[in-house]
Amino acid sequence: MTDEGIRAAGDQPGGGDQVSDTPEGDGRGSAAERIAIRSGLFVGIATAAYGISFGALSVAAGLDIWQTCFLSLVMFTGGSQYALIGIIAGGGVAAGPSAIATAGLLGSRNAIYGMRMAPIVGIGPWWYRLAAAWGTIDESTAVSLAQPTGHLRRVGFWVTALVVFVGWNLTTLAGALIGDALGDPRAWGLDAAAAAAFLGLLWPRLKRVQAAAVAVGAAVVATALTPVLMPGLPVLVAASVAVVVGAFNWFGKEARS
Amino acid sequence: MTLWQVVILASIATLAFKFAGYLIPQRLLEAPTPSRIADLLTVALLAALIAVQTFADGQDIVIDARVPAVIVAAALYALRVPFIIVVIAAALVAAGIRAVT
Repeated sequence: MTDEGIRAAGDQPGGGDQVSDTPEGDGRGSAAERIAIRSGLFVGIATAAYGISFGALSVAAGLDIWQTCFLSLVMFTGGSQYALIGIIAGGGVAAGPSAIATAGLLGSRNAIYGMRMAPIVGIGPWWYRLAAAWGTIDESTAVSLAQPTGHLRRVGFWVTALVVFVGWNLTTLAGALIGDALGDPRAWGLDAAAAAAFLGLLWPRLKRVQAAAVAVGAAVVATALTPVLMPGLPVLVAASVAVVVGAFNWFGKEARS
Repeated sequence: MTLWQVVILASIATLAFKFAGYLIPQRLLEAPTPSRIADLLTVALLAALIAVQTFADGQDIVIDARVPAVIVAAALYALRVPFIIVVIAAALVAAGIRAVT
């Protein structure tokens, strides 16, 4: 959903740099502003619901409740959080360096989002820019770029970022407390739930042939290397599939029918 | 390395990317290759994590209750069932199979 939102927004004629700041022309106090606020709220609440599964899976992976809540507060980017706990669940603290590297690499797309959001959130004191960077994630970027004017894009961004931040942290705590009470994670199928959660993050990104080819290649590489490398490393090595395919733009031209 | 160190270092790494986006000049975005690689990196890492989370048991490759659970999850996503319901359904399938075998 997220990538579509960004691409759809980018496809609008002149959609990239329409920034008007006149009170009449930019949708301030208008129906369009209410739509921006409402989409931020809906996306924010729907996303925050995932926090339950993250909290429960994190505790099942061996993190305590404080470490789980720290991740949602400070790291605050779901894909990286799931990756970190997934690798710790498989390899324990020994897989720590791989877990850090994988979480970091998965978070690299937020730098791309930041480049697009910087001119939209505008100039402000250091803490304003810091809060904006902190809140720059898939959902806030997608909702923001789907809005038609500069002011509405700012509104969409901040509403989504704030709703997801508050909701995600509250549901993480709730999930961690539930997970703590559950006991043996395998008996509850929580290992399969983690795989399903990753699949849910991947699914909307598979629209193009190139992405689907990279996904298959990376899955094969990671599976083939699992018996020979220590836990965590197969995932990192599989990331090189993206670098190679992306650099040469293999499978780049066709669109999936 | 303690678990806290892992949690804190990984958080610093992801935050650094968020801050970098606001500090790097925007014209880098116009070069298609870096942004395409960042996009595909997400796909590759998620796909690799799914594979490992589904088939790995330590360093062994095993076929167990997780495989049908992930197949059910894929079918539900294809039917546009919401994320949280799919995750719960996958857990129920795996837990159910383990309860009867």
